[in-house]
This record gives sequence, structure tokens and C-alpha cells, in this order.
Amino acid sequence: MIRPVIELSGVAKVYGSGGDDTVVRAVDGVDLAVQRGDYVAVMGASGSGKSTLMNIIGCLDLPSRGRYALDGVDTRRLDERRQALIRNRKIGFVFQSFNLIPRTSALRNVELPMAYARVRKPERRSRALRALEQVGLAERVHHRPSELSGGQQQRVAIARAIATDPVLLLADEPTGALDSRSTAEVLALFDDLNVDGRTIVVITHEDQVASHAKRVLHMRDGRIVSDERTAAVAGPPPALAPTVRVVGS
Amino acid sequence: MNLGQSLQFAVAGVLANKMRSALTMSGIVIGVAAVIILVAAGTGASAATTASISALGSNTLTITAETGQGGGGRGGGLRVGGGVLVGGGPRPAGPPGAAAQPTEEDTGTEIREARLTLEDAEALVDPELAPTVASVAPVVTASSVTATYQGASHEVATLTGTSPSYLTNVNDTVQAGEPITDSDYLARNRVALVGATVAGALAGGDGRAVVGQPIQLNGVTFQVVGLLTAKGSSGPQDQDDRVIAPMTAVQDTLTGYGPLSSISVMAASAEGVEAATSEVTAILTTRHGTDVPDFSISSPTSILEAVSEVNATFTLLLGAVAGISLLVGGLGVMNIMLVTVTERTREIGIRKAVGAQKGDIVGQFLLEATMLSVAGGLLGIGIGVSVGSLSIGGFQLVVAPFSVLLAFVVSVAIGLFFGFYPANKAANLRPIHALRYE
Repeated sequence: MIRPVIELSGVAKVYGSGGDDTVVRAVDGVDLAVQRGDYVAVMGASGSGKSTLMNIIGCLDLPSRGRYALDGVDTRRLDERRQALIRNRKIGFVFQSFNLIPRTSALRNVELPMAYARVRKPERRSRALRALEQVGLAERVHHRPSELSGGQQQRVAIARAIATDPVLLLADEPTGALDSRSTAEVLALFDDLNVDGRTIVVITHEDQVASHAKRVLHMRDGRIVSDERTAAVAGPPPALAPTVRVVGS
Repeated sequence: MNLGQSLQFAVAGVLANKMRSALTMSGIVIGVAAVIILVAAGTGASAATTASISALGSNTLTITAETGQGGGGRGGGLRVGGGVLVGGGPRPAGPPGAAAQPTEEDTGTEIREARLTLEDAEALVDPELAPTVASVAPVVTASSVTATYQGASHEVATLTGTSPSYLTNVNDTVQAGEPITDSDYLARNRVALVGATVAGALAGGDGRAVVGQPIQLNGVTFQVVGLLTAKGSSGPQDQDDRVIAPMTAVQDTLTGYGPLSSISVMAASAEGVEAATSEVTAILTTRHGTDVPDFSISSPTSILEAVSEVNATFTLLLGAVAGISLLVGGLGVMNIMLVTVTERTREIGIRKAVGAQKGDIVGQFLLEATMLSVAGGLLGIGIGVSVGSLSIGGFQLVVAPFSVLLAFVVSVAIGLFFGFYPANKAANLRPIHALRYE
């Protein structure tokens, strides 16, 4: 079996210290393995710990306990510099509020992670243009975020996330700030990217978003309470293969 | 991330808020310009003083009696009287003092009032004891002398009675008419050279009309034989408000036969000034029989040194005041950078999330602060240099190259120093907190 992209075992994140009253267990013992090519939705109410889990998976935060390996790299002993490096090389982020750099063209925004990875300018440019073409924004590469609609901004953010060719696309409520048409566009884009073999983890509370994933996790009080597989890892995502439905794994 | 990339981000940051960047820069602009202009003012004032002192002649020594030294015994008066008897005769200062004072050793132990006599002046013309002394001129000055000519009258600032060699000593020339001569001196001729200010006041116009005419000095008629070349003014003192006449004639009519006001000595060369000083000191201390010299010798060089010292202090003070405004400008940069970091917390979070290293963030914000201060510095240098090449209040400002260099270096340093704390603050933001910041 191939090495999983994400491997969490006994991961916990505890805030505060001292007596039991002040301790908050945001994530409380999570075991999870995500295979290459999978499309996973993590669902849960606010306060269920899904955002904390996403921070840990995204190497934005370190777990208090347990082991987390991303693409075979153990993250426990990473210093700040290496964490930044991992984020840059292995993860593409998509946020609810797009998080583009203001007053900076779409092209420049997409080039940003590659600039920090010290990719040479000509290559950076061609890869950024290719990514923008892939998300359907080839005509708007020189527009600034303020000149783009919400859906277009989110697509720029997706282009930025995939331009570095990361092993994991990590999306945190990617459609939370979008209207239904833009939501459909973004979800279709995710389906396409998954068909191309990209591993996607999406944090959401919307059933519509979860329905596009091949595997749906539910979290409550820092634990995974249900784990449902709706499509095979190797196959297409459910939206592109409405006739195939596999329960469990 | 390479420097070019950081530079691009920094430029974008500076341009993102043009008004604010311009205001921030203005603090540095004013500080740098103030440093350059005030130092230029100090340097210019110093240069002007130096030039007017140099005009006095660079190898001339002036010997004056130290007043107030000694008890002022009666013997001094007697001795001076003797000096006048011997020296009072019509002879130029030129011949060496072959007639040494026979009374010298007898009076050596007496407490005497410090006086300079004509014999002192003559004794300095001694090829053996004073080989570097090129020429010597005794000087008497008369105060409150009023010159009148055809109804016009003028209060002369300085009336100098001296020998013809004085003109060479102090670099004086005659622009019209003739200089006074040895025969004028010997014959006690009542002739005079007038400065441009005096001539202008008496005859009007450029004053040339007075040459060859008789004028009255305190009622005594002197024939004006020449017009002195203008020297210009040094500060408040007008160097052309003067009359020069043979000492013999001045003593006869205006001052009486008292001690000399000073002795003017010219060294053979500018390099010989020091040697001449010690020769003069040796001869005069022997003649006066005192252990401690009862006279002082000043040269333009020594005056220049004293003046330069004062000027340097003055310039330093001006520079320090301007430096404070530069410091305030630096604090302005720091203030704005702190605001910028807070304002752009989210942007910093995004950059860190997509893989910016701490160093990348520090570099970007440090570069932004440095760009503000360097741009302000360059603008300040431009303003400072253009204002510094003007002439203000009668003297030419002189931009000191070191002040330009210093101002530039300091403005770069300000950017780095005052940018470091905000940049470091930005780089240490945790990405998850920065991303959540609204």
C-alpha cells in the first residue's frame, strides 16, 4: 500500500493548563489516514474542533499530543522554518475569506508561494498562468482582487493553492462566502482537480459541499464520531459518477 | 526569496498608501536637509572668517605688550624716555640695531612696565640672531581721529603710524597714487595713505579725488599720497576704514613719543613663522630681562586656530540640533511601520501560510522602512545641497561633503534601526492568529 498523505494517530490539541475547568480539549485523540487521491470532507458544528484539526493538518499549529505525518514527514519536531517550508512545498490552502493579497494582481497572488520557494521568474510566471487557465481565469490575470467577484477571487486562491503542485489541497469552508452559482463553480473545480489525482481535504458544515466528497467525517467535541465513504479512493468523485455508490471501504 | 522580490513587495507596500508614505518621508527629508543646511551655514561662516583673516598676510607676526604685567615702576618711564631719545631721531626701521642699549644690563633687574620701544623693533632686524625675520615695522595707533576734507568729515576707525615696510608685512598695496617711502619716514613728512572707506566718505564716489589733496587729521594737515587697495570687511569690522602715515609724523602731531602699540614682523616665508616667533621671543626676553615674556606674539595662523575652534564648536552645535530633528523623523518612520504591521496583520498571515519564512517577512518590512527613510534622505540631500549652494545673509554657504555622506548613512541607519522592531514584530506573528485577525 502506498504511503498515506495524512497520517494522524492519537492527535490532541489542548489549550490552557492546570485544573480540569480551564483545560479545553479542542481536538481529543484523532486517528486518521487519508490516501493519495482521496477527497475528504470534515463536517461538524462550530466548536467541534474541525478548525483546530485543519490548523494541525495545515502545519499552521502543532498538536499537543500524538503523531502527525504529512506525506511521510513527521511534523512533531519541525521548527518554525521547516513548518513554513512544509506549508510552502506540500500544502495548498483555500480559505473561506479567499485571503488574497490586496492591491496585487491575480497573477502576482498566484506567483506568491513560488516566489517564497525561490522559483525562477520565467518558470513562476508560466506555472501561475497555467494554474489560472486551469481555474478558468486566463482572461483576468492582471485584475486585482477588488476587481474580481467572490467566486473569481476564490478561483484565484485555488490557482494559488495548486500552482506549487502540492500533495494536499486543504480548504477551510471554501464556499462559505459564496453565492450558489459560485459555489457550484468552485465545487466543480474541486471535482476536476480530484479527477486529476489531487488529494483534497475540505472543512465544511454544508451538506452540499460534503456531497461532492468521496469520504465524509463528522466531528463532535474534538473527536471523529462518524466516517462514511461515498465513493472509492481510486474512482471519480460522486458528482461525476452518479451511478456508482459504494458504502464503507 | 531574492532581494529583487523583497524589493518589489516593499515598493508595493510603500506605494499602497502614498499620502502616508510621503508624510512619513517628510520627517526624514526635513531632518536631513536641516543637517546639511545648518552644517553648510557653519562651514560657510568659518570659510568667510578664514578668508578675511588670511587676507592679513599669512606670514606676519604682530607683537604687542602684555598689559598689566609688572609693577609699573618709575624706572620703566625713565627707560622709555631713553628709548625715545635714541630712537626719536629720524631714521628708518631698516638698519639693524647696531646701537645696542648700553643701559640694558643695568636696568635688567628692575621691575618695569611692559613696553615695546622702537629699539625693540630695531633689535629684531638682526641677520644673525633672527635670520628668518624678513622685515620689521614699528606701529603706533591713534584713536578718535577725525579726518576732514573740504567740509566733509569722517571718524577714522584706525590711524596707523608706521614705517613703509609695514605695507609689505600686511599685504597692503596702493591702488592709486604712491605708497609712503623711507624718505617720507626719515623726513617726518606729513603724508598719508587712506583706505577706501575714508576716501569715499571724504571725497565721495570711489574716493580717488582725494589723492594728492591735503586733508586734516584732528586739525593737522596731511597730504594724501595714495589710496589703499580695498580689503573688504571681516564680520562687523570694516578693514578699509583706516589711514596709514609715517610713524615719525604721527608721533610729531597726534600721539606723542610714547611706547609702540605693536611691532609688525614678517617672516621670510609662511613656514618660517614658527622660527621667527622663537627668534623674536629670544631677542625680546633678553632685551627686557624677564624670565616670562612680557609681550605676546600673534600671527594670523594663531588667530585662525582660535577662530576655527570656535567655528567648529558652533557647527557641531548646529549639526546636533538638526540631528535631533532627524531622530524625530526616525521615530515617525517607526510609528508608521508599527501601524502598517498592525494594519497588514492578515496579509502577513497569508504570506506565512503560503510559506514565507521569518526572514522573508523581516526583509520585506525592513526594506519598506529603509526605502522610506532612504527616499526621504535622498530628497533631503537634494534640498539641502540646493539650499546650501545659496548665499544667505552676506556669506556663501558651503556644503560639507561629509555632512551629505553622514546624512545619507544616518538615514539608512534610521530605516534599519527604527524598522527592525516593527519588522520583527510582523515576522513573529503566528499565522493562525494573523489569519483570523479582522
